[in-house]
Amino acid sequence: MEAPVKNTELIDTAKLREEFPILRQKLNGKPLVYFDNAATSQKPLSVINAVTEYYETINSNVHRGIHTLSEKATEAYENSREKARSFVNAESTNEIVFVKGTTDGINLIASSFGNMTVGEGDEVIISEMEHHSNMVPWQNLCRQKNAELKYIPVNDDGELMMDEFRSMINEKTKLISVVYISNTLGTVNPVKEIIEIAHSHNIPVVIDAAQAAPHLKLDVKDLDCDFMAFSGHKMYGPTGIGILYGKEKHLEAMPPYQFGGEMIKSVSFDKTEFNILPYKFEAGTPNISGAIVQGAAVDFIEKLGHENIHNSEMKLLEHANNLFEEIGGIRIIGTAKNKTSVISFIVEGVHPYDTGSILDNLGIAVRTGFHCTQPLIEQRYKLPGTVRASFAVYNTTGEIDLLADGLKKIKKMFL
Amino acid sequence: MNTKSIKEREDQIVEDFSLFDDWMGKYEYLIELGKKLPVIDEKYKNESYEVKGCQSKVWLNAEMKDGLLHYKADSDAVITKGIISLLINVLSGNKPDDILNADMDFINRIGLKEHLSPNRANGLTAMVNYMKKFALTYSGQNVN
Repeated sequence: MEAPVKNTELIDTAKLREEFPILRQKLNGKPLVYFDNAATSQKPLSVINAVTEYYETINSNVHRGIHTLSEKATEAYENSREKARSFVNAESTNEIVFVKGTTDGINLIASSFGNMTVGEGDEVIISEMEHHSNMVPWQNLCRQKNAELKYIPVNDDGELMMDEFRSMINEKTKLISVVYISNTLGTVNPVKEIIEIAHSHNIPVVIDAAQAAPHLKLDVKDLDCDFMAFSGHKMYGPTGIGILYGKEKHLEAMPPYQFGGEMIKSVSFDKTEFNILPYKFEAGTPNISGAIVQGAAVDFIEKLGHENIHNSEMKLLEHANNLFEEIGGIRIIGTAKNKTSVISFIVEGVHPYDTGSILDNLGIAVRTGFHCTQPLIEQRYKLPGTVRASFAVYNTTGEIDLLADGLKKIKKMFL
Repeated sequence: MNTKSIKEREDQIVEDFSLFDDWMGKYEYLIELGKKLPVIDEKYKNESYEVKGCQSKVWLNAEMKDGLLHYKADSDAVITKGIISLLINVLSGNKPDDILNADMDFINRIGLKEHLSPNRANGLTAMVNYMKKFALTYSGQNVN
């Protein structure tokens, strides 16, 4: 791996964009402006090529063959696990489970750890800004257990109301699960503080890091979180692969989530002995290609450097904020002090769907609707949806200028 | 009252849209139609009349008068209202059986296929199905 670009240097975006073939195309006759990065990011050539390379050179099943090819695949698979461990600064690869994505990771925690931790009359705390993937599994668990799910309220700026959070904790609270960065509001939550508060009451904390992984340096040791889940595809990696981090003491104590091949040590007609960590949680042939290629995505991010990525994206956010203010009549949903490069907005008087439709015709890909946070948009903010532009490291201020031009056009067309 | 057949109405819409040579013009026309769509009574703007599967809210009701089915609808998004306006223009005031048999291929012919494809979040398919469901209900009553 090459050394990261020096932290003080800004990223050469023009050069970086050459690594993303998809960005060269035209859509609806216009150059593609891709601002739907919070849904999924585009992939650099190093990631795309890693898929081909895997299938062309080492494709075979892992952890079972005595043949050389299987050993090579297993080595690459475990090498990627080590990269993931280092990426989140975990103590051991025993704490790194390959899953399908964030949703799969949270379902695993809810089904296994949640099931053994939460009982009748207990309480689980999440927040109003959770993505459905960190809400519905807990709703389901609480329904099954006859437990209560409580939501940390969100203020008008899109920040968690910490005093309310503190007062929600009581002896019945058994688990807390919160999002690191809101996919809708862009808010970076004070997760370290949340974890400290929770741990002072001996309550374990799950962190949904789906949006944080491409933007911030993840450090499970510094945060001291009990679990963390994120997806490959939002951090320049492939779809269908994600990482679940769990403290070893928890993973050891937890029952398996799925049963079958790979996750066993020995099987007889009468009983089965489960495999050691982390394989106990990886039933069946895993997404070998996805897991290996995820390693290439980690390399891509680390080569650029987290601080460079952050600085670059904050410049984009600032540019967008300035232009939106200049245009006027644009309401930004999510104005937290600590924000990342996600900007949810409404052109006042124009339905988000109308705004999104016209932007699409202009070659600008944004997301409209609830962004999988329906209660937040509908119940908390009483909106029919928002338009969301989310920026990645390869986006440019020039592209944001095109978005601003589009919004001016929309105002003329509809108002 | 519109006495033209469904086919004739579809052809008319295709002709109207052919006057615009770019998508912008077509959209502006759609927005104009949307803004002109007669509003429906507030009492229909609730979940019982909501067409599910659209990104914007769509409320739709139909009433039979003298053997012909008449639709009224509304949406909170203007482009969606424009699309509804086209659908109502084509289907409203026809016999339920004729509505059931309408192939609605004009949508592909107005030159907005990329934008109004059934896979999109505009709920086009959901709206057409919802309208045909009313026709099916009344068509059944006719048989009985």
